[in-house]
Amino acid sequence: MAYRLIGKNFTPPDIEAKVTGTARYAEDFRADGMAHIKIWGSRMPHGRVTRIDLSAAERVPGFLGALVPDDIKQPKPASQAILTSEPTFYGEPVVAVAAETEQAAADAIAAVVVEMELLPFVVDPLESLKPDGPNALTGGNVTGSGIDLQTIKWSGRDFAMVAEGELPRGQVPVEWTYGDVEAGFAAAKVIVEESFVQASNAHHAMEPRSAAAYWEGGKCHVWGSTQSTAFAQPGLAGLIGIPLEDLVFVAEFAGGGFGGKAGAYPLMALPALMSKKLGGRPCLLRVARKEEYNNGYARAGFQGWAKLGFRADGRMIAADVFTVQDLGTTTGFPDFNGFGNALATIHQPEAMHYRSIPVLTNTVPKGAQRGPGEQQCANMIEPLLDKAARELGIDRVALRLANAPGGGGQDARYGGKRDPVTSAYLREAIAKGAEQFRWAERVADSGTRTGSKVRGYGVASGFHTAGSYGFDGLVRITPDGILHVHTGVGNLGTYSYASTSRIAAEVLGYDWSRVVIERGGTARHLPWNLGQFGSNTNYTMVRTNYVAAMDAKAKLQEIAAAALGGAAADYELRDERVVATADPARGLSFAEAAQKAIEMGGKYAGQALPEDINPMTVASATAIAGTGLVGVAKDTLPQTGVVPGLSASFVAVDVDVETGRVDILECLSVADCGLVIHPQGLAAQARSAAVMGFGLARTERHIYDPAYARPNARGYHDAKPMTILDIPAEGLHWAAVDQPDLVNPMGTKGIGEPLEGSASAALVTAISDALGGHLFNRAPVVTDMILNAAEGLPQSHKPLATNTV
Amino acid sequence: MDGIGPFDPTVGYPPGPAIREIGPDGSKIPLWKPLHMSRRAFLRGVVCSGTVIAGSAYLFSTATAARADARAVERMLRLTVNGRTHTVDVPPNETLAFTIRYRLGLTGTKIGCNSAECGACNVMVGGMTVYSCSTLTHRVRDKEITTVEGIARPDGTLHPVQQAFIDELAPQCGFCTPGMVVSAVALLNVNPKPTIEEARLALSGNLCRCGAYDHYLRGVMTAAERV
Ligand code: FES
Ligand code: FES
Repeated sequence: MAYRLIGKNFTPPDIEAKVTGTARYAEDFRADGMAHIKIWGSRMPHGRVTRIDLSAAERVPGFLGALVPDDIKQPKPASQAILTSEPTFYGEPVVAVAAETEQAAADAIAAVVVEMELLPFVVDPLESLKPDGPNALTGGNVTGSGIDLQTIKWSGRDFAMVAEGELPRGQVPVEWTYGDVEAGFAAAKVIVEESFVQASNAHHAMEPRSAAAYWEGGKCHVWGSTQSTAFAQPGLAGLIGIPLEDLVFVAEFAGGGFGGKAGAYPLMALPALMSKKLGGRPCLLRVARKEEYNNGYARAGFQGWAKLGFRADGRMIAADVFTVQDLGTTTGFPDFNGFGNALATIHQPEAMHYRSIPVLTNTVPKGAQRGPGEQQCANMIEPLLDKAARELGIDRVALRLANAPGGGGQDARYGGKRDPVTSAYLREAIAKGAEQFRWAERVADSGTRTGSKVRGYGVASGFHTAGSYGFDGLVRITPDGILHVHTGVGNLGTYSYASTSRIAAEVLGYDWSRVVIERGGTARHLPWNLGQFGSNTNYTMVRTNYVAAMDAKAKLQEIAAAALGGAAADYELRDERVVATADPARGLSFAEAAQKAIEMGGKYAGQALPEDINPMTVASATAIAGTGLVGVAKDTLPQTGVVPGLSASFVAVDVDVETGRVDILECLSVADCGLVIHPQGLAAQARSAAVMGFGLARTERHIYDPAYARPNARGYHDAKPMTILDIPAEGLHWAAVDQPDLVNPMGTKGIGEPLEGSASAALVTAISDALGGHLFNRAPVVTDMILNAAEGLPQSHKPLATNTV
Repeated sequence: MDGIGPFDPTVGYPPGPAIREIGPDGSKIPLWKPLHMSRRAFLRGVVCSGTVIAGSAYLFSTATAARADARAVERMLRLTVNGRTHTVDVPPNETLAFTIRYRLGLTGTKIGCNSAECGACNVMVGGMTVYSCSTLTHRVRDKEITTVEGIARPDGTLHPVQQAFIDELAPQCGFCTPGMVVSAVALLNVNPKPTIEEARLALSGNLCRCGAYDHYLRGVMTAAERV
């Protein structure tokens, strides 16, 4: 079917504001009499507050008020409090003060006296698992999504049973198996077995999580930075302690999130609570970069072990994988599930045994970061595939083709539960990439040395679940004929809020210039939508906007029948008119139909609503009722299977064996994201995901002083995200399989996360390739590791050390 | 201000090698002493010396007047921003980023790090890009300052760099974009036909956490074709 809007580029409506500086982020709003908030962060990695003395702070000119932990409702253990009396990581907020000026607030914070008693602390999960190892929290050392807070210690025997550098493998709370793993290993031609480490790294969105709030007329107004305008609201209302309807929320732009601003987070609620204390006076919390490190989450590091068995043709017939996830101090995100499920989906092993244990450490709380678990899996497992290919004497791409799901994915299964998938074309992505990259030809010069530089090539795959369902769509045609698409998804910078809104325009046959996207806050009356995370927006929001538009379409037809006679089925949509199929001259313009909808009222104008929609959608639809034709529906379209976003990346590097420098020469990423609805948006995601992936592969990591658990890589300079000079000038390429998903009504699915993982792991494997297949079993592969490997020297890190250099 | 000062030994801490070395004056330097000066010490230093070295630490001040100061007269200065001259009362320790954002209300200039690491705060001073977060406002008195709001023509016509950034879908989250626009325009002002390598260097002080470099670079090269 030929689409008018789908698959075409367009100018997103918010982009001009970004280049002119008129885009307003949370900290760009101002209100008269705005007070400033500063926070006092713990100087201990884990301690109990024994005394807070605010007397000196109160004497600072301009001091207005303070909040201490007793003022704040405390969450359940292993959750982050807004302010806590038992901080569990360096920098965790304990006290907040407000003052007339930011300077006065800072002076008051400097005058706050907090006395603390030191409690046990730990930065390495394996240390905590030792028989006498410390617990990061008073209540235990192991928790996680679906796992109660508990204490698990491995025995001395568990630690003694393994060889030097091999991951000990004791009791775990997560375990699943499918197939006959032992039989698989028995039949394997080659078995690779390695232990590995992926470091944690900070999200470090460019916009820190500043927020401001005030109270007026019983309502709490909040300016916040979030990936998810609708989805963040219930959590934020809960943190503030108000019913959802009393929250007025503005989040027009988000200066990056990468999972770290997926929903509501504690600091977003702090200005509201301080403002309440000050009688509703506007309060601004300007979060500084290092505070953003402390409060902005991080990817969970992993220590792991894998044993993989392959047939002679490269097919993976058995996998036994064990991972230890570094949670930081909260339940965090179940990256441990992501890791196992990614391996089981990308490589479809015939049998697999997976064990994992998420362990608390006194490092910053971890949250979902782009490809949570999947990226760690890619960086750790892909080099092992290379090792297997080398031992089998087969090409590295051939080995991946032997395992990747493809052909639509009817035989493919997702994760440990072996659920069906909606579509899979990873095999096609790898094949297309190999051809476009000229893999077969180029790998012939793997290892070729020119001066001190050695050429290497890498290939890897990426995966993330890429779609959800069951959310609400809301559209409105006003009597001026304009289509308003209400979207609560968020504005992270992928422009998928806009590309998915175009689906409604496509269904109704609208000219894009006559469509307004209503977004950015409660005042725009947003439906209940999933947040902009998890690579889900394309799939999920296409469905919701589709069902809302289909509802509007049906109403247009019914209105035409009521006005002009006949049955609804006698009418069709054409050129923003609803016309009789038999006589297109007979019909109503959408503008006229919208006016008629207002006159007819009831469901046509949003006064009678479907019973299955979310209360947030009910409130929003009710607010716009009577202003036009309202299309509103919950997505109850059929859904079978898990939606897999898949990608393959190919990287060429020159590794300087005298300096350890890596020149990334080229990266090609091929996406299996179903039908491409916004090519330029996909191009931007493919290229930028590669850039972020390169950071994961090469430079970005947490560093904690093991003696004091004090973080040493909090600023950008130390956290080392990629700069423009670290990436190839004209070497970031992309392609798409462009095969429609078999379940989504428009055939599309998400892709933002897989593209990062595949590019990252392709870089790791390319560096290994340049070094003759040397396995680092650690990412990021930093320069001194490359130099040590090139010179045959031992590495300066202990094999399983984490959170340190 | 990161809410965390240097570690205070009086609050108790784990046992360990507390003393690393003896200072030149014989003083004992605790192991945990941060390498950077504390903010307060830094501010005192600034007030005395009147200079700031980018990246050594950071400053902030606020929109409202700072504390009463006997030298209030010295604090008045004339700033020409985007062609408009303002007379503003600025304390000696205030950075240009703060003056622009909080005194003049030009919030297009962003603060990503406040420590000369990211370039979100880039503005032009006399045609040169500077990190406004690490430039004292008093150092740029009487200079022509251009922020992102001053790049488009007064009638709203976008600068070719802005248009090309839109056409190339360069901004993602957009938080680095004002700094990117300023760096790119400053480059084209002095070098209208840069090579890709020159353009890369011109943007090398601008971090983009979204990783959108390639599209910004395409934007610069497209704009160069159009100017
Ligand atoms: S805010 Fe000035 S360089 Fe980052
Ligand atoms: S576009 Fe988000 S930081 Fe550059």
